[in-house]
Amino acid sequence: MLDIVFYLLAAIAVASAIAVIVVRDIFRAALCLILLFMTVAGIYLLLHADFLAIVQILVYVGAISILIIVAIMLTRDARQGQPLGNLKWPAAIVSALLLGVIAFGIINTAFTMPDNPPLQETVKPLGKALFGDSGYLLTVEIAAVMLLSAIIGAIAVIREK
Amino acid sequence: MFIAGLDQYLILSAVLFCIGLLGVLTQRNVIKIIMCLEIMLNAVNISLIAFSQYITPITLTGQIFAIFVMVVAAAEVAVGIAIIFAIYRNRESVDIENFNILKW
Repeated sequence: MLDIVFYLLAAIAVASAIAVIVVRDIFRAALCLILLFMTVAGIYLLLHADFLAIVQILVYVGAISILIIVAIMLTRDARQGQPLGNLKWPAAIVSALLLGVIAFGIINTAFTMPDNPPLQETVKPLGKALFGDSGYLLTVEIAAVMLLSAIIGAIAVIREK
Repeated sequence: MFIAGLDQYLILSAVLFCIGLLGVLTQRNVIKIIMCLEIMLNAVNISLIAFSQYITPITLTGQIFAIFVMVVAAAEVAVGIAIIFAIYRNRESVDIENFNILKW
């Protein structure tokens, strides 16, 4: 049953990712991107990552897609087509080769999987790992400083002279 | 073969990553390039969370990595769109061919 759900979500994700590239109207491409973000949240739920699924909805669907839509509305659409000559086929060949190499590596790697069942709820273990004594506390603080500097940098770049 | 395990999640992640790479290499609109970058970051997050589920299910290392990837992605989009606006104000275009100010 869960396998069917996985293949359904995977098919929707791949189709909407292709639609982001193929669709001419950039606003519709942004809507396909939001659909992709929501299916990725569903895939996180299938992987027992409940907190990450909520954060995916909040951050990607709630914030990043709104930022992208505002950017689309404030800029005029570019010409369609390929930049700097026809790069479509070399890019497609490079992407397909990379996909082949990655898939070959995945199939031929024997991952060592422990027998532990997955955790049923991840909020408390994630909080302990992020803010506990032997955890990632320094990384969390560095991430906070990085977000602040990103906000200040964005304001400084976009400010009217 | 058709039971959804680690391999299937990783291959889904690889497919999404390569679609995003194709978009980054071929699109002309800069905002669309940022959208394809988001697809690539999401693909990497899927593989990190699949590793977290199947290989480190107790310590949840992959999910913590995914949280930091999301933090960096949010900062990247904010700064990237600010740069696009700054260049758009200068050049009146979001075409990638007009973004050659640094070229001498």
